[in-house]
Amino acid sequence: MIAVNSLKNMPVWARWALYAFIGVVVLNVVQGFDDTTLLTAEGTTRSMLRWGVPILLAGLGGLFAERAGVVNIGLEGMMVLGTWFGAWGALTYGAWWGLLIGALGGAMGGLLHAVATVQFGVDHVISGVAINILGPGITRFLSSEIFAVKYKDSGGSITQSPRVPTVGRMTFPFLAGGDLGGWKTPDILGWFSKKDWFVISDITAILRGLVSDMSWVTVIALALVPFSAWLLWRTRFGLRMRISGERPEAGEAQGINIYFYKYVGVIVSGALAGLGGAFIASQELSGVYKEGSTGGRGFIGLAALIFGNWRPMGIFGGAMLFGYPFALKLQDLNGKASHSLLLVTAIALFAVMLWALLRRNTNDTVLAAVFGGAALAWYLLVETPPTWWAAILPYVIVLIVLIFFTKRLRPPAADGQIYRKGEA
Amino acid sequence: MRPFLRRVALGAAAPAMALVFAVVASSIVLLVAGSNPFRAYGDMLNHASKLETMIDILNRATPLFISGIAAAIGFRMNLFNIGVEGQYLLAALVAAEVGSVIHLPAPIHLTVIFLVAMTVGAGYGGIAGVLKVSRGISEVISTIMLNAVVVSGLLVAGLKLWQAPAPGGGNVTRLGTAEIPKSGRIPNLNKIVEIFTRDIGRDRKLTGVLVVAIMVGVGFHVLLNRSRFGFDLRASGANPFAARAGGVSPKRMVLMAMALSGAVAGLVGMTEVMQGGVFPSNPIQGLGFAGIAVALLGRNSAIGAAVAALMFAFLDISSGILQSTGSASREIIQIMQGLIILAAVVAYQVTQRVRDREEARAASAALSGATA
Amino acid sequence: MARAIELVGITKRFPGVVANDRVDLAVEEGEIHAICGENGAGKSTLMKILYGMQSPDDGVMKVFGNEVHFAKPTDAINMGIGMVHQHFMLAENLTVLESVILGAEPTLRGGRIDFDKAKAHVREVGQAYGLDVNPDELIETLEVGERQRVEIIKVLYRGAKILILDEPTAVLVPQEVEALFRNIRELKASGSTILFIDHKLDEVLAIADTITVLRQGRSVATVKPADVTAHDLAELMVGSELPTPNTTESTVTDVVVMQIKDLTVDEGDRSVVSEVNLTVHRGEVVGVAGVEGNGQAELVDAIIGTRQLASGSIEMLGIDITHSSVRHRRENGIGYIPQDRQREGLLLSAPLWENAALGHQTQKPFSNGFWMDREGMRDATEQIRTAFDVRTPTIDVAAHALSGGNQQKLIVGREMSANPTMLIASHPTRGIDVGAQAAVWDQLRAARAAGLATLLISADLDELIGLADTIVVMLRGRLVATLDPATVTPRDLGAYMTGATQQAGAA
Repeated sequence: MIAVNSLKNMPVWARWALYAFIGVVVLNVVQGFDDTTLLTAEGTTRSMLRWGVPILLAGLGGLFAERAGVVNIGLEGMMVLGTWFGAWGALTYGAWWGLLIGALGGAMGGLLHAVATVQFGVDHVISGVAINILGPGITRFLSSEIFAVKYKDSGGSITQSPRVPTVGRMTFPFLAGGDLGGWKTPDILGWFSKKDWFVISDITAILRGLVSDMSWVTVIALALVPFSAWLLWRTRFGLRMRISGERPEAGEAQGINIYFYKYVGVIVSGALAGLGGAFIASQELSGVYKEGSTGGRGFIGLAALIFGNWRPMGIFGGAMLFGYPFALKLQDLNGKASHSLLLVTAIALFAVMLWALLRRNTNDTVLAAVFGGAALAWYLLVETPPTWWAAILPYVIVLIVLIFFTKRLRPPAADGQIYRKGEA
Repeated sequence: MRPFLRRVALGAAAPAMALVFAVVASSIVLLVAGSNPFRAYGDMLNHASKLETMIDILNRATPLFISGIAAAIGFRMNLFNIGVEGQYLLAALVAAEVGSVIHLPAPIHLTVIFLVAMTVGAGYGGIAGVLKVSRGISEVISTIMLNAVVVSGLLVAGLKLWQAPAPGGGNVTRLGTAEIPKSGRIPNLNKIVEIFTRDIGRDRKLTGVLVVAIMVGVGFHVLLNRSRFGFDLRASGANPFAARAGGVSPKRMVLMAMALSGAVAGLVGMTEVMQGGVFPSNPIQGLGFAGIAVALLGRNSAIGAAVAALMFAFLDISSGILQSTGSASREIIQIMQGLIILAAVVAYQVTQRVRDREEARAASAALSGATA
Repeated sequence: MARAIELVGITKRFPGVVANDRVDLAVEEGEIHAICGENGAGKSTLMKILYGMQSPDDGVMKVFGNEVHFAKPTDAINMGIGMVHQHFMLAENLTVLESVILGAEPTLRGGRIDFDKAKAHVREVGQAYGLDVNPDELIETLEVGERQRVEIIKVLYRGAKILILDEPTAVLVPQEVEALFRNIRELKASGSTILFIDHKLDEVLAIADTITVLRQGRSVATVKPADVTAHDLAELMVGSELPTPNTTESTVTDVVVMQIKDLTVDEGDRSVVSEVNLTVHRGEVVGVAGVEGNGQAELVDAIIGTRQLASGSIEMLGIDITHSSVRHRRENGIGYIPQDRQREGLLLSAPLWENAALGHQTQKPFSNGFWMDREGMRDATEQIRTAFDVRTPTIDVAAHALSGGNQQKLIVGREMSANPTMLIASHPTRGIDVGAQAAVWDQLRAARAAGLATLLISADLDELIGLADTIVVMLRGRLVATLDPATVTPRDLGAYMTGATQQAGAA
């Protein structure tokens, strides 16, 4: 009980740092049983970041729309638009323009969603579904008209673009030994991570994966996390956007143009999803646009938004959590790391069980125990879990989080409601 | 009778407007892309007038319609069952496997397969219902997650577990379930069609699942509009608080609606399973989302969904002819479909507002007329 | 001295209704000016016009002697007019500071809010007028009175010289009303002009310098409180002899219809209804009085079955229904007129003939077992329409097309036509016009004579005294008094409701 109380008194950042530390210790111990080091490898976190960034961007996109009160199921479709326009822009005007044009492509989808939901009062989910159908239709048509014609000889087809130019990569100076004005700085985290010190080397390796050899888009995406928080909670613009999602009539009564903020929120939402799409097109699958390459990450972004309780840092956490199994699956050739992940899942569920027990919530305790027991049994009975285990893990995590924590989540109060001016 | 006609006209105006808008917008896209829209539409209509094409359209419309009804059941009480996609894939997989394993006399065998499909669909849809009722989790997000679990998990697992050996033995497997014996296959309807028309050529077979679809449509219509359950369902959708005070248990309704929606969703994949006798390694996906579109366009009514399904099927099938005649890129069809949906939902919203305003005016006129 | 507000011939029409009909109003600077009128007299419309939320169709509006045309609230705010809405315009998830500065945020470069300056300014305003709140607190943690203070600070923060308070006491408990009145007098002392909308006459007489009465969209009189009595004001508001809901002779029998024992309802870890004991007989109307929010709504929910009991029991005609479903209770003869007809009583988008079946859809003539009976539904609806004078073009229009009074008549008709044994009527005449009100009262009286047992929850004390055979008073979830309507006055009742008087032995 004393431990719980002192946890409560900690500043938020310290508490989360502690949780992260405990998490790394668990990963470190657990992977020992399976004789793998992938769980805390630098390559895993780097790959996690790469998989997580589009989810993060989609999640931040969802944040702006939903803080303005518009549910955006259409993120996936907007992201698809982003992949195509990103690739086309990069091919036509160069890598950086590609990102901008990709974002604009997504923003067009956002505009459409805004017109339908804000202007005409169409149900948000319905409009979003329509955009998810429209998005791939547009890109396919455009591919057939452009990639399959103009770029026929360089590998373009109806489902695929030729290789697109990408923006450069960077490594942070000092932390990971990046260049600074032509001077190669020392690689501090790298030095630690090679020492093979218990936990410390794991943490530094994980951190090094997060600060080295990353695309500039990743840097932008990471910078957007604190920027979004600042914008929404520290500025006039943000306050007015939030009232649009919490209680639009209250804003209207103070002469705020709610429609404007809803429009901006949804369009920005589309632009961020589009940027995420452009990232996918230029950074993954060796830098080609390919149909279906978003793989539902717009939807996962939405899940990250909910997981993150409609807050930027939470969304970042969610995006990384969902990126992690993807990354692991890619690296894990012998299935050992996936096997370890089962145990990690079991441990996490038992932690939830303890948490529920402390709150004297019998239902949750039993439920978590059953889930945790199932994961543990699976771990013990199976040598290597099937390949699809890591693939469904992110979705399972979302479901588990929803099952145990839905009541603690705090969506904007007027999220998803249709607002019409002058009805206050 | 005039108000009635007026209401019908207003009801039909919205989809007509949407269609016109979509055609105009698509024509502009075609013109910009350098194709002649009139030639393209001409080719499409010409093609659709052939008997074999009509069979194709009906075969395509059948699962679309069933999927649309599945979505409409949820929509009618403001439940967004985005999970039709996962429900039908899982249901078809399990039903195909069960069908290939058991051996029973024809009508029973067939019935068992369909019941399994509906049960699996209802069960999987029911999960989202349980999560909503017991934990307050939005069905939108839970069904999206459950879809992903099916597509990237359970389908892979099931196909691996139940893959049939390749014909002629050997190590090669041809991923997909084993074939369902004849007794478990629904006969095609060619014979019936041929009574009225010439013989159907080109090896086209009109799916017998069409009969099931019609049964589903009629059942949905009658249940919804004439039964007490339907009344409760629509009341919950219109105003859950009033329905509750009126004796409708909201939890029970959510569970039943999700399960029923899932059960119908379970039938979506049967067209494909019955056609090939197997659940193939690469099944048709996306019918769940298309069904949402069909339900939206058809305003959640059986007749509306039938029209919408036929229209979408017509567009789908027509896309092939565009490619072969070269009059336009076939992908324009997908854009058209997307535009139709978006335009339709906007148009419905606009006409709804017009109607509300007119009714309010009529009612207040009645009021002042009576008092004066 | 210039007048703060001068309205001449303001007219506003809505489809089928003239909400304001050549309204004249003159408010002197620095006075507390009350506007009285019944529900539907046009008070809200007038205030919306003054605050720029609606534009008048005709008439002249002057503020501090200048003619103005407001297109939006901002225009009114810029002219020094501020409005405290009856339903607070606050978001739960914002802090007090954020709520106050919203729309008038002091900013630094780059659109950044200057929180320090804002906080200092909010403190300043709070201290100047004796309105004390913590700027960093979340709105959701505040009590009703505190929220109202935030709303007033919000208006003052914008430099408003004229404050419009729309039924500010409706949601307050008496102590809070006193605090509010102190604040209002302090505001007046510092030079503000206050426009105060209310229909509680004792309050109006206590606080106002001048009173303007609206009736059916017209301004009928402007008087000084010293020159009139509450009764005079009431007659001005209603325009004729006051209708009184007097019940003639007692029809109470000794057959117990409903017996409630030790009923307790919890919300979170506190009880909102505590150990309530209540008996209703055939032919009896039991009235429940109380300031809103003292557990009446939860008690009703528990009886209807939409809320779980923490302990206690409910018996109807000797049968325990504590754990019965809502449907079971309704099938066994419980009728229900909900307090919020749009939220709990109607399917707004559905036609009237479906609304008429709601709550009775399992019974004849609306259904035959599994199937609904459309003919039966339509016939029953036509009967309700005629018998209860529901004014509508056809029974095919959607419920939202009807006016509030007609919606209420439909609900009352629906519940009465089902011949209930026990009726739960929650604020059955709230927000409807005088004619409809009288009709509802007649129906209740007739049903009582025919043996209906009624639980009547109302905020209208005259209604309670006029209709009920027994009145119980609810305070903080408990029944604190049982009174005889023949001997009790509204003033006494008010004292019990606020806890100023306590009855010995009542629990």
